[in-house]
Amino acid sequence: MIDCNTLIGPYPFRHVPHPEPEVLVRVLAREGLEGAWVGHLPSAFYRDPSEGNAALYRALEAHASALRPVPAIRPDWPRWEHALRAARDAGAPAIRAYPAHWGMGPHDPSMRELAVAAGEQGMALLLTVRFEDLRQRHALDVAGDLSAAAVRSLARAGDAVRLVVTAAGREMIEETHWGLTPAERARVFWDISWIWGPPEDHLAKLFTTIGTERFVFGTQWPLRLTQSPRANLDLLPPNLAGARLADASTICAAATPGHA
Amino acid sequence: MSAPPLAGPGPLIDAHAHFYHADAGRADWAGVNAARFRAGERIGITYHVASVLGSYGFSSPTYFPSPADVTRGNDAMLAMLDVESERVRMFVTVNPNETGHAIREIERCVERGAIGVKLLASRRADDALLDPIAELAGERGLPVLHHIWQHRRREWPSQEISDGGDLARLAARHPRTRFILAHIGGGGDYMHTFPAVIDQPNIYPDLSGSGVDRGMLDAAVSALGAARLLWGCDLTMETGLAKLRALDAIGLPADEVEAIRWRNAARIFPPGAFPRCAAADGKQ
Repeated sequence: MIDCNTLIGPYPFRHVPHPEPEVLVRVLAREGLEGAWVGHLPSAFYRDPSEGNAALYRALEAHASALRPVPAIRPDWPRWEHALRAARDAGAPAIRAYPAHWGMGPHDPSMRELAVAAGEQGMALLLTVRFEDLRQRHALDVAGDLSAAAVRSLARAGDAVRLVVTAAGREMIEETHWGLTPAERARVFWDISWIWGPPEDHLAKLFTTIGTERFVFGTQWPLRLTQSPRANLDLLPPNLAGARLADASTICAAATPGHA
Repeated sequence: MSAPPLAGPGPLIDAHAHFYHADAGRADWAGVNAARFRAGERIGITYHVASVLGSYGFSSPTYFPSPADVTRGNDAMLAMLDVESERVRMFVTVNPNETGHAIREIERCVERGAIGVKLLASRRADDALLDPIAELAGERGLPVLHHIWQHRRREWPSQEISDGGDLARLAARHPRTRFILAHIGGGGDYMHTFPAVIDQPNIYPDLSGSGVDRGMLDAAVSALGAARLLWGCDLTMETGLAKLRALDAIGLPADEVEAIRWRNAARIFPPGAFPRCAAADGKQ
């Protein structure tokens, strides 16, 4: 199992201990994870993420067997198509985008274009609902959470689209999932980093109603404890014990390009 | 033969738990209670120290419960205590805006086994209305678990929120009363809380809440020391288990982990409140 939702680099609004790739590799080993998709945390807050992507590629070079880059690509920035091809050439399994942080609305056409283009090149588009709980955010952190409407819009953009939505809770997942056709739902995967376990058992309910195949393992390291999603799986009710999540490596292999 | 507890075999006290009842406005209330016990067994929780928050908004607001809802909720908690005395302990919930009722509820429920007082967000923590409750709790040796919003910068709807600074002012007026500062992972900026209560030794933050920020536990231990922290879950038990595992991962010495797991709770609650912990300790 791999961790689809990790980052390296500092966070602008609070101190995060040791957000370095060397530490991530040790954490993965400790947690029994085979590898991780890794983004560059500061790039979410850069106007132009290009330098952040370059830093990400450099930082992961020494850990290529375990850590795969997930660069940030901003589709309203000139020559973003070049950045997308560079991501593909670098072996990125996915790219990241932060439409809420970049001031893009839920139906931004450039985001839809990016989602389709990434899928056609065999890469998922990884979205972040939030980095922190709303109640603790810095006064300057005004982007707000990614909306379910934005995810639905991207899921409807075309057959090639593959989305990995991280840090969503039960309500957003349900609102999105049941607001899509079966074909559109099949394009969306959710990480389990922010879903509640017992006693409310949101994760168990989602596994039962939506299916485990729509979920991937993600932690949001270094912002959150890696132990939390694992604990959530450990505490599933007996009838769901041993539930198998989607294999992240196959997310884009199942894409059918060219039918948007 | 059941699987070994995920959190290990030692005693473990959840100092911040809740249960529901038939008048709590949700049809699945019994299932949620059962899920808490199911997860508790799996984790290895020896005692759930729990409260019922009125009607949880069904007939009066969760954080501003009416006297009737306070009594109904406490009755439900007492009934739970009768049935689950082996693994449940009780906080009596009160609304300080109804001072006389609050005092009577504390007397009534302590008589039947409550070992602590639960205050919600019905009145700012440093308000004088809380003084008779804090005074009585001190006299009886009952810890007061106070709902806290870590660093309040403005008012939020549905609560009259308090933060560490507010609670510290109340705690300073009642030095013999022990206060549990609720859920450092329960929303707000916990990094504000630690310095806000550091000089008030009768405040014991609990680790509960859905928040699992990396660095939060390290900072809590560094600022306050393990002797002032209590383990708990509140509404999310997977984060409770994750925090126990994280305490090990950050290299906290075994005796300090043990203090957070149960010894601190055993020290601040009335003597003899947790006999199964004492028994297990004797076997170690």
